[in-house]
Formats: sequence, C-alpha cells, structure tokens
Amino acid sequence: MSSSRRSTIIVEHLRKQAMWDSLAKGKRLDGRDFSQQRPLEIEIDVIKKANGSARVKLGDSEVIAGIKVSTGEPFEGLENKGALIVTAEVLPTASAHAEPGPPDEEVIELARVVDRGVRESEMIDLDQLALVPGKIVYTIFVDCSVLNADGNLFDATSYAVVASLLTGKLPILEMKDGKVVDTGKTRPMPVTTVPISITAARIGDHVLIDPSSEEEGCMDARITITTTDESFCAIQKGSTGAFTVEQLKKAAETARTKGKEVRAKLKELENNG
Amino acid sequence: MTQTRNLIDSDGKRTDGRGIDELREVKISVGTVKNADGSAFIEFGKNKILAAVYGPREVHPKHMAQSDRCVLRCRYHMSPFSTDTRKNPAPSRREVEISKVMREALEPAVMLEDYPRAAIDVFVEVLQSDGGSRCAGITAAAVALADAGINMRDLVAACAAGKVDEKIVLDINDTEDKEGGADMPVAYMPRLEQVTLLQLDGNLSPDQFGECIDKAVGGCKMVYEIQKQALMQKYFGSETELQEEPQ
Repeated sequence: MSSSRRSTIIVEHLRKQAMWDSLAKGKRLDGRDFSQQRPLEIEIDVIKKANGSARVKLGDSEVIAGIKVSTGEPFEGLENKGALIVTAEVLPTASAHAEPGPPDEEVIELARVVDRGVRESEMIDLDQLALVPGKIVYTIFVDCSVLNADGNLFDATSYAVVASLLTGKLPILEMKDGKVVDTGKTRPMPVTTVPISITAARIGDHVLIDPSSEEEGCMDARITITTTDESFCAIQKGSTGAFTVEQLKKAAETARTKGKEVRAKLKELENNG
Repeated sequence: MTQTRNLIDSDGKRTDGRGIDELREVKISVGTVKNADGSAFIEFGKNKILAAVYGPREVHPKHMAQSDRCVLRCRYHMSPFSTDTRKNPAPSRREVEISKVMREALEPAVMLEDYPRAAIDVFVEVLQSDGGSRCAGITAAAVALADAGINMRDLVAACAAGKVDEKIVLDINDTEDKEGGADMPVAYMPRLEQVTLLQLDGNLSPDQFGECIDKAVGGCKMVYEIQKQALMQKYFGSETELQEEPQ
C-alpha cells in the first residue's frame, strides 16, 4: 500500500530557511530564475547495440534511454497498430536512497507519466508499424535508466525518450514464408510531433520549473505538463500539496513557452542525426 | 485516441443521453461497511465503488510511524469481476499509480498533524467500473474519512471533464474516455479553492485547456453538494433542509 514520504532527501532545517528567504527575494539557491531550467546536455547514439539511444543531463540528473525494436502480438483493441512501451528504472547508482529491487510507486509513476506524454501526443505513428495486421506488429521498447538523480527525473527521462526516438533507426522487417525477416535496412522512426514535458514545483506561494532534488525536498506540490506544438497532451499533478486554478493556468503557459525552447533544441538533433 | 464515430448527436445529446454540462447520476450512501471506522458507497454512473477507512490506528510496520503526524495509506483496487474482461486480482501498475495520486489528492484535506504516530488506512474497492473511477473513488474516500470522524480542512470532490467531438464536456463516461479526444480528472477542495489532483490524457488546445479545467472544477462543486447531502442524511436524518424541500 502506498504512503507519502515527505521529501526524497533530508534537507537541513537551516538550508530550508535559506531557500525560503531566497525565494522570497525572487532567486533560487543555485541562482536561477523561477522559470529557468538547469543546463540541458543531450548526447545521442551512445549505445551502438540499441536501435536508438540518448544520454541526457539536466543539471546533475542523468538518464540514459535505449530503444530495442522487436515484433510481437498487438495490444487488444489496437490490432492494427504497433506497440510502443516506455519503461524506467532508477539504478542503485543514482543516489544513496535508491535501492535495487522491484520499482516502487515513485518509479512506476515516473515511467507511466513519461509513457503517457509520448503515447497521448501520438509522437510515433503506430499505424505504420503493423506487419500482419491483427497478428504481428513492431514492438518498440524504450527503456530508461536513471544513472544519477538530482531532481526532476520526469523531464530528464522524457527528453531522453524523445531524443532517442527522434534519432533512432527502425529496422525494416518483412514477412517471408510466414516468418519475420530483417532486411538489414533501416529507416527513421515515423515521428509525427515532438512532445515536451515541463515540470514545476510549488514551494509556498512560488512555482518554479525544473526543481533540483534540494528543491524537491522542500516542495509542497509538483506538476508535470506535456505539450506539443499545438496542444497540451498530458498532465500529472504529484506530491501531497495542492495548487490553485490560477497557479495551474500559469504553469500551463510556462510549459508552452519553455516547451518551445526545448523542442527547438531536440529538433536540432534530428536534423544533425 | 482516434475518434471513429460521432459521440454527440445533432441535438447535443451524448451517447448516454446527457447534455454536455450534465453530470451522471451520483448516489452516495454513508456508513455502509459496519466494521470500518468510516465508509461510503458511491454509484457514479455505472461505477459502483466502496471506500472504507480504518484509523487512526497503530502503524504496522512500526518503522513507518512519523513522530509529528500520521501516515495516510491508500489502496485503490479493482475487483476481478469489475471490468469487461476479467482483471487479474494482483495490483497492476495502473492501480499503483492511482493509489498514489489518490492519496496525494486526499492528503491536503486531512489534518495529519492531529494524529502523530498513527496510521489512517483508506481502502477503495471498485466493484463495477465505468469511466472516471478514480474521481468516484476519491469522492467516496473523502466522505468515508469524514464519516470516520477524521479532522479535515475540507472535503475533496472529484470530477473529470474532457473533449468529445471537439467539444468540452463534463464528466466523461467509459465510451467517451475510450473514443473521445481527452480526459482530465480533477480533484478539488471547494471551500479552500485548491486543486489536489490534475491529470490529462489526450490533446487540448490552450483555450480548450482553460475551459476544461474550469468545467471540471464546476463539476467538483456539484459533486461536493452531493457529498455534503449524503453526510447530512446520515448524521441529521430527515431534519436536514435538503430533505424538506420536496414537501
């Protein structure tokens, strides 16, 4: 059964006070503005055995995503569509609090929220991924491993997934005598749009994007908003506090403007890739 | 979520005959589980959901206890017979996530600091599922918490809004959830004007986003009235003004 941990890390009382004092002056402890992300670094094709991969550093949070393409049966009710599955794991390397073993609810939430952004935006045109409609379809696994956790794993993981899909290569498979044969050729993934998630934390009356783990230790509530060029496609409020409707509408607007910047950066990869 | 047929007809009626701003029928009965400290049974459209609260009580395992507040624990579970095809009784990843967001939707309302070193357990069992079971579950759980006499800042009322045939509609049902364009479940504390749960599946333009969240909050306020009425009925019986009205 689930129960809340108040914070992911223990923040010293004095540090917390310092954070509140700083936020009251409009500055964060690491000097950022409320709507400023930490530096984002993306490296692609880091795993040669994968059909696409990306290593993302968002501040000191570091995530690696790798794509593996295979075939399988379609999902029930989606007989003529390929299957796209996003998973996430926080490796025991990631922090002193991470432990090996089955995923806890926070990790399950992380994987499902990232998966939802990609799925609901219809980033990948799954209609193009049926080999024998109703029987055999492409199965695309995007597995993510958090190597180092320093807050906002939602966005770091999401960017890694999107970057790997944008630059990944889909093996061209064919049916021969009832068997699936790899032709040895590849083509780009059938990408239709680029979903970008922006996560914000509320600390007292302040809402700030891309919280570090120190800020997450002080936060009252969290909101992850995923946008495409045209629309909002997925939202998840998290943590034990609440938001006012006004705060949420403002966060949505920030997710759109910031999302545009990150999207431009990710699209560059696609062009260079 | 690709739409294959019209879900709103030319008279503005939806698949189940409702208008776009109409809530499904909601019935709440309080105190339906005898052994529990508090309980509620909700019928929200075709959803039939039981919520039971035990506590404040001793925490097991003991190391989970907090010295300055109680721990709120929450389980959302679907019975194997609650769905069209049998659901495996083991908790799915979906249920783990819903248990988490449900707990986080309820926690802001509960005065945890009043019960240090104790636990409050909330069990939400979906006996028959329809669209919007998490909202119905949260609504029932809040009533069950109140019924258990837990100190609360406000009730938590929940309701979804969504997009169907490019229109923003209130309280989407199962068909609209599966075939429509977007689903946005919201939980809200009306007295405190605070949103405690917000999720979105599907695509909304910026204008639609604003309309959708406002509509969902409006739905929560309607659900809130039904919650209060259900509690009044149990604790004040026929003396409530809400009951006197039909005469």
